[in-house]
Amino acid sequence: MKFAVIVFPGSNCDSDMYHAASDALGAEVEYVWHHATSLEGFDGILLPGGFSHGDYLRSGAIARFAPIMKAVIDAANQGKPVLGVCNGFQILLEAGLLPGAMKRNAGLKFICRPTVLTVENEKTMFTSGYEKGQEIMIPVAHGEGNYECDDATFNELEKNGQIVFRYRDNINGSRHQIAGIMNEQGNVLGMMPHPERAVEALLGSEDGLALFQSIVRNWRETHVATT
Amino acid sequence: MYKVKVYVTLRESVLDPQGVAVKSALHTMNYKEVEDVRIGKYLELVVAETEQVDRRVKEMCEKLLANTVIEDYRYEVEEVVPS
Repeated sequence: MKFAVIVFPGSNCDSDMYHAASDALGAEVEYVWHHATSLEGFDGILLPGGFSHGDYLRSGAIARFAPIMKAVIDAANQGKPVLGVCNGFQILLEAGLLPGAMKRNAGLKFICRPTVLTVENEKTMFTSGYEKGQEIMIPVAHGEGNYECDDATFNELEKNGQIVFRYRDNINGSRHQIAGIMNEQGNVLGMMPHPERAVEALLGSEDGLALFQSIVRNWRETHVATT
Repeated sequence: MYKVKVYVTLRESVLDPQGVAVKSALHTMNYKEVEDVRIGKYLELVVAETEQVDRRVKEMCEKLLANTVIEDYRYEVEEVVPS
């Protein structure tokens, strides 16, 4: 399985994402610059955190119109796994691949620390390596992670099991402590916490590794014939 | 040509964390009459003579300048003579 890490001007977690996929997971991975227009040959798409285009206007609002985004949307529509972390999540929201929007954190502070998440849906291609309700330690680093959506959207998210992760404690004001959501088809996941920063004990937590392993395991089950 | 003024604010139904902080500061300063503060953005566009300027500005707002999931926008189009 081959991953692409999309790099926008201002991405700053691209190396971490690359390291997680390459060294921790042992997968094939390549950087793809935002001016590229094709993602052919890639099986999974990773949108890293950072401050694409300086977060000007709104987080992710400008990156959403980068040339590569058409290919990202195509990949999502083809059912390929697409993971957006932090700024990557914000870009997915702006692109309309996921519903809702982000506001400034309720306390207006940039929050940068390890956080306990609960796994709300373990029946996804991203979370099958976790148990339902499992508490995992994943760091956050964001100033705009206060998830907002209207009632109708929230009801849909809940009904379809699209709420994948919640914060155990409401750190940023997010509606119903939402930390990560996926699309209805289940192949696009956006989350504010950084699983790529929690893939080995040296980093303080290994709890993020299962997310990447889940993607690969599920991909293998559907793409590699068992002999 | 046109000068277009675009105002973007968080929707009424959406709690504005920055507005709340500023309101509380104003109250601390004894401006107790302030009942609400909404913080928004103001953008000025200079637009060349174009057909259907109104429709095109509305499109720009919907697609990029505002995120209509949480923001409202309004704009004013003013015709100006280039100097």
